[in-house]
Amino acid sequence: MQMKQVVFAGVLVGVSAAAVANPNPAGGTITGKVTYTGTPAKMKPIDMSKEPSCAKVYTTPPTAETVVTGPGDTLGDVVVYISAGAPDDPAPSTAAVFTQKGCRYIPHVLALQVNQELKIVNEDQTSHNIHPLPKLNREWNKSQPPGTPPISEKYDKAEFIPVKCNVHPWMHGNFAVLKNSHYAVTGENGSFTLPNLPPGKYTVTAWQESYGDQSQDVTISGGETKTVNFAFKAKPY
Amino acid sequence: MGKFFAVVLVIIAVASAYPIVAHHFPLPEDISTHGYLIDDQLNETMVEAGLSFLAAQLVLAFFLWSFTGRKPRSPLKNFPGGARVLVIFAFVIVGLEVLALGVMGQKAWASVYFTSPSANAIQVQAQAEQFAFYFRYPGPDGRFGQIHPEKIDEGNQNYFGLDPENDVAARDDIVSGELVVPVNKEVHLMMHGKDVGHSFYVRELRIQQDFMPGLDLAVHFTATKTGKYEIVCTQLCGLGHYNMKAYLNVMSEADYDNWLKQQSQ
Repeated sequence: MQMKQVVFAGVLVGVSAAAVANPNPAGGTITGKVTYTGTPAKMKPIDMSKEPSCAKVYTTPPTAETVVTGPGDTLGDVVVYISAGAPDDPAPSTAAVFTQKGCRYIPHVLALQVNQELKIVNEDQTSHNIHPLPKLNREWNKSQPPGTPPISEKYDKAEFIPVKCNVHPWMHGNFAVLKNSHYAVTGENGSFTLPNLPPGKYTVTAWQESYGDQSQDVTISGGETKTVNFAFKAKPY
Repeated sequence: MGKFFAVVLVIIAVASAYPIVAHHFPLPEDISTHGYLIDDQLNETMVEAGLSFLAAQLVLAFFLWSFTGRKPRSPLKNFPGGARVLVIFAFVIVGLEVLALGVMGQKAWASVYFTSPSANAIQVQAQAEQFAFYFRYPGPDGRFGQIHPEKIDEGNQNYFGLDPENDVAARDDIVSGELVVPVNKEVHLMMHGKDVGHSFYVRELRIQQDFMPGLDLAVHFTATKTGKYEIVCTQLCGLGHYNMKAYLNVMSEADYDNWLKQQSQ
């Protein structure tokens, strides 16, 4: 009986603490750019001739996406997130959508929160078999013939999960399962913005699937905007 | 009733033999230098099995016709020499037939599978995996890079596990999803399976060879006609088996050289 009350009180404190920590969305902002130095590996074109329904989607064959670069040596598909200093957030009610289209994963890197609904859609005229390879979460692989409804899943632990298709060896993507709602995935221009951060000391981490991760500490006080840039060392092979 | 059955039997036997004798279902075009050996063997098997089939059906029809409508109590006459002689005779004749097919067939088989390729045959490595084929060419340096299974990274198009960072020979290796070969040149295909059993089958080449995980097998062939032919997996390998295919693209020598140059860029 006493135990239950303690737990209840704990929950109450937790809820009120969360409410106090984020009184209004107008907080500080961390913004910046992710770039690379050196020469990144040349992304090779993907041969989809064995799957004509996908090959005909492209006029020129698409390339692998393990390193996505933009003009000015910027890096795309980098997940920038608060790895320490922010409390865990409850999962949003909207689903994160991962689409199989033209025998590729769109987006190539999907960031979502712990316990958020993950919706996997097959828009192709061929069967896919989606097979994420987690180390901490439960592993599964599911077949998805064309025209079947989306697959709904969720992950209960934070983790970066590579995703492959058991039918098409070239298909490759990533899930970034994160603990809080402060994250961004860079576009080709490498820039990111993490808004609405209450005052505090944070660790900002940038993760790239081939180059690993980098972290920097940032202190936010009030409604200021701080700039944090990341530079990864590119490998030619 | 017995006579009616005998007539129906003869009609069925002749009707099923006709399309084969008349070459109603011809073999697909043969584009290899060794294919005629396989085709000859197939024809021979077909003729011998076909004749045996017809003979057996006709004998059966003859007995049905002759011994039908017997009076219930009339005794059966003994076959001359008794049943034992007949069984031994049939056993020997069928055995000889099977043996003869085997002895003659092994020559065709051995000439394709148990001979070495010529020294200047084009070297190509074929890898089968669930559910695709990939082909590797040594590139301008003529040397294959080493394979490191732990380096396999399919999302990065490294299907063979090459290590270009440390292995110079691997840097110019060409990896393709299509088997491109020049016409009238011998190709030495080194086959290597990555996960489970698969099979390399090109019907126009008259080649069907399994991939065995852990075993490096090889076939060699010379394609004699340019064009695009289907390579299919003919060993049930998993849920995507139906979809496991690639193309054999036989090009003129000039086109082949161009293709190699393009791939090396």
